[in-house]
Amino acid sequence: MGSFLEIFDIYLLEAVLNGILLGGVLALLALGLNLIFGVIDVTWICYAELVMIGMYGMYYLVQYYGLSYYAAAPLAILLVAALGALLHFLVIAPLLSSPPINQLLATGGVLFVLQSFATVAFGIDFRNLGIRLPILTLGDMHLSYSRLLAFGAALIGMIVVYLFMTRTFTGTAIRAIAQDRQIMALMGVDAKKIYVVTSALGGALAGLAACLLVLQYDVHPFVGLSFGPITFLICVLGGLGNFVGGFVAAFLFAEIISLGGLFSDLEWGYVLAFAFFIVMMFVRPAGLLARRS
Amino acid sequence: MLELKSVDAGYGSFHALFGVNLEVKAGEAVGVIGPNGAGKTTLMRVISGLIRPTKGSITMQGTNVLTTPAHKIVELGIAHVPENRRLFPRLTVEDNLKMGAYMPAARARYAERLDFVFNLFPRMKERRHQLAGTMSGGEQQMCAIGRALMSDPKLLLLDEPSAGLAPVVVQQVFELVKRIRAGGLTVLIVEQNVQQVLQVVDRAYLLEAGSIRTSGSSAELLASDTIRQAYLGV
Repeated sequence: MGSFLEIFDIYLLEAVLNGILLGGVLALLALGLNLIFGVIDVTWICYAELVMIGMYGMYYLVQYYGLSYYAAAPLAILLVAALGALLHFLVIAPLLSSPPINQLLATGGVLFVLQSFATVAFGIDFRNLGIRLPILTLGDMHLSYSRLLAFGAALIGMIVVYLFMTRTFTGTAIRAIAQDRQIMALMGVDAKKIYVVTSALGGALAGLAACLLVLQYDVHPFVGLSFGPITFLICVLGGLGNFVGGFVAAFLFAEIISLGGLFSDLEWGYVLAFAFFIVMMFVRPAGLLARRS
Repeated sequence: MLELKSVDAGYGSFHALFGVNLEVKAGEAVGVIGPNGAGKTTLMRVISGLIRPTKGSITMQGTNVLTTPAHKIVELGIAHVPENRRLFPRLTVEDNLKMGAYMPAARARYAERLDFVFNLFPRMKERRHQLAGTMSGGEQQMCAIGRALMSDPKLLLLDEPSAGLAPVVVQQVFELVKRIRAGGLTVLIVEQNVQQVLQVVDRAYLLEAGSIRTSGSSAELLASDTIRQAYLGV
């Protein structure tokens, strides 16, 4: 009995740690989406598909052009950042004053366009980088390096964004514009420029997530579906546009998935997470950290 | 310094200003008084480019304001303290002031401008890390004026600085306007508080139903029967 408990605790600890590692990447995904929503007041339904394009970017840069992982990553981030800015120019900017439902439909349309484009251009085969990172063994626990790397990089990415948002004039303007759109011109701020910078930043975060996820998942045109919905749930649970709420919700979800997976199958972890979400929507419909007003 | 010639403006089919002529000379403090809905706020918004007139011309030191993009007007030296202050409530006092120094010329002198504003409002220095929305109305008004001063403007537009403030605080705000004037800044101030504003400004315009009814020096207006009966209640 004693030895059983010992082993059990090790598995529990491993699951908790894996949950934290997963939470880092989910928090990164949620931050990008929250940034766009908080600043531009538009939801990029196609956010996970930008990540998918970034993953293909990594795949081609590494497998076809023979770049090292670390050389390819900045290029992939730039690619998706440019895609984010382009998405703003072509789709969002013309619809800025349209009803929200039209904006949702338009970015939802982009989701299908990107999926179809990937299917036609890259085929439906599952592809991977062919990089296998070692597994770290701590006592009886096994943690994969790809998850550790993803967690560390996601954390650094979020710290960089935090510093940018708090220390620079442009970052401060990004936070300000979410609070009062109309008077930005009085501050000498060109709102259009801030929107483009924000879109590129949101794209860059999707690009960073792509670089990290491509180490753990195979790429295929519909890979966005495996983390797109969960990212939306996290953002909604945290309160759309609320950065801190999204961060907390990401780790909450990750632990539910990871611990739920420990006690039954991994799929049940997701079911539990969704069930938790539904319950929370009744308890706190405006999000975990909703401002009381 | 600032010159408006036969300016018409409105929102959609609603006309708010009709042929407004107005001039502010360098170093002056000019008031615009009038009842609610006379078009005073519209006048301010037209000057700072938040809305564009349908007719007429506006020039600032010879530069055409109407062909200047709205976010470049602050670079002409026009800083606008909007109605109801419009601070960013969930940014700190310091971040609010930072936004006032967003334009490149002010950004380069950020530390110096911040010192200037903190000297003028020591209270803002104490509260620099506090969220702007959690301060009292009077403090918020100080912060809003400080934010406008961060750009080192030549002309300060004040839209109803006394609105919603307790009488004692109103007194303080007008004292402050006097001090800012004494520093050599040109001020255009819109107010319903006629008695108070006429003690601060050199001249004033009376705006009624979107048109300038009369204008004159503060002394003249204080002595005029129309003003006394309609606005001073004597």
